[in-house]
Amino acid sequence: MAKVLMKGNEATGKAAILAGCKFFAGYPITPQNEVPEYLSRELPLAGGTFVQAESEVAAINMLYGAGSAGARCMTSSSSPGIALKQEGIGYCVFGEVPCVINSVSRGGPALGTIQPSQQDYNQATRGGANGDYHIPVLAPASIQEAVDAIKEAFEIADFYRTPVMVLQDGLIGQMMEPVDFDKPVKKREIPPKSEWALGYGKGNPHIIEGIVIDAPACEQKNLRFFKEKYEVMEANEVRYEEYMMDDAEYAFVAYGSSSRICKTAIKTLRDKGIKIGLIRPKTLWPFPQVPFQNKNIKLFIDVEMNMGQMVPDVALACNDKNKVKFFGRCGGMIPSPEEVVAAAEKIIGGAE
Amino acid sequence: MSTTIFKKPNGLTDRKLHYCPGCGHGIVHRLIAECIDELGETNNTVILAPVGCAVFIPNYFVYDSIHCAHGRAPATATGVKRTHPDKTVITYQGDGDLASIGMAEIVHAAARGEKFTTIFINNGIYGMTGGQMAPTTLPGMKATTAQSGRDVHVNGNPIRIAELLSSLDGPAYIERVAVDSPAHVVKTKAAIKKALQYQKEGLGFSLVEVVSSCPTNWGMSAVKAMEFVKDNMIPYYPLGVYKDIKEGK
Repeated sequence: MAKVLMKGNEATGKAAILAGCKFFAGYPITPQNEVPEYLSRELPLAGGTFVQAESEVAAINMLYGAGSAGARCMTSSSSPGIALKQEGIGYCVFGEVPCVINSVSRGGPALGTIQPSQQDYNQATRGGANGDYHIPVLAPASIQEAVDAIKEAFEIADFYRTPVMVLQDGLIGQMMEPVDFDKPVKKREIPPKSEWALGYGKGNPHIIEGIVIDAPACEQKNLRFFKEKYEVMEANEVRYEEYMMDDAEYAFVAYGSSSRICKTAIKTLRDKGIKIGLIRPKTLWPFPQVPFQNKNIKLFIDVEMNMGQMVPDVALACNDKNKVKFFGRCGGMIPSPEEVVAAAEKIIGGAE
Repeated sequence: MSTTIFKKPNGLTDRKLHYCPGCGHGIVHRLIAECIDELGETNNTVILAPVGCAVFIPNYFVYDSIHCAHGRAPATATGVKRTHPDKTVITYQGDGDLASIGMAEIVHAAARGEKFTTIFINNGIYGMTGGQMAPTTLPGMKATTAQSGRDVHVNGNPIRIAELLSSLDGPAYIERVAVDSPAHVVKTKAAIKKALQYQKEGLGFSLVEVVSSCPTNWGMSAVKAMEFVKDNMIPYYPLGVYKDIKEGK
């Protein structure tokens, strides 16, 4: 199909419907309001259910129910709203309930600002629920990638029976770009939900667990998740892009909107004779390891719209914290390509 | 030839209940299972467990079930029922769960007229955590966090849930009952069955508030606790039908 010009948040809503989402619950918060607005109108036409929840907390717990009952389901929010959903995400993890959480982040902490930000990297990748757990976090850098990520998130969620987060930012949510909704997504063999979901037990009860009071059994459940889910995700679900890395001596490391700014900065820096490329994680958890084994790289320059939340992951991946430098803006400020160029020149100049 | 005149309902498992002697949970569990059996819904029911003493509900019923986050069962039930409109969906919640941490969820599920049934156990205390003050603890009643008794000037006043929710247009049926006497147990069963029937008919949200006892945390014998329900709880929480759309109420 031909590409259509669409706003990021609306495209996200449409992608969810195309992915078979049958239940959406959400609460108003800027800058993602077009997602629930679009779905309130379109999801019922596609045979799904839209509920405007009384709170962010209720919305994620509605997903806990709908996902448990076997429906493909999604919620969407922004930074302080995602903070409120953390407990419910933990329940979905422990109960093995597939669901998709769309996060369109803005500046923080607290209400912060409604301007775009990447200050929720730790919130997304470390999570704020209690207990040991990981959820896959996809980080699109364009509306096309956001659409593809939403569709894939539903597949990953069902395949592993896990919540999946799509971490966008207000820039991607609010801008318009051409997008092709027909791009295929990798289909996975998903066990029938009738094998485990609520409403299919018929006297052989299906139970979604939130408590395992016996500590040895609770430990075993945690260990099973690490072996059967997290290790497999780390092996199979890592996505990244390498941009102009073939001859690179320096590498920007950036995801989402800041990666696009880096790509512009790379052109300028290359014109100045600096061999710099970009390593762009498309999954923030599991975090890519392979591109950081590149021994030609003298410095990894992490560029984020935050104060360096990804730096520890880059340092662990390249196994040399002295090689990791950082430049960023925060609180809803977007770095300009010129600022990034200047920061890179300063960092690289200082290294030589 | 022998005739069976009394048996365990099909909806209950063989697990021994962990509840204390004199606790009302066992009675209400049985009544739910009897009603579900009689409505032919034993293989068509999903029950949502609260946080509190009844968290182990999945051990006791043969129905599909889910452990909900504290107070969130009405939100989770919204997701279940909207996905399976043909299933009988029940949330089972205590007073701390429903009337304190989960107040927003129950009010809004009721206001939306979600077509599930809530069984609300009001025993005026946090049971599982060891006797802390609940939103329903009576004035003067002792709790581990109100050790001289609930002082309404310090701790605020109890909340009457049946009255509060019956002010909304979403609920189809709300009744307050008690399990302090055989006669009241019979009435409790009738209320639960009616609530479930209203759900089956798709009439809207239904809730049965069951005034019950907690001998352990009240520091009373089982018998004394039931007397306390009759003499102190019921006067503060009057029994009766608070909402019945079929009766124009």
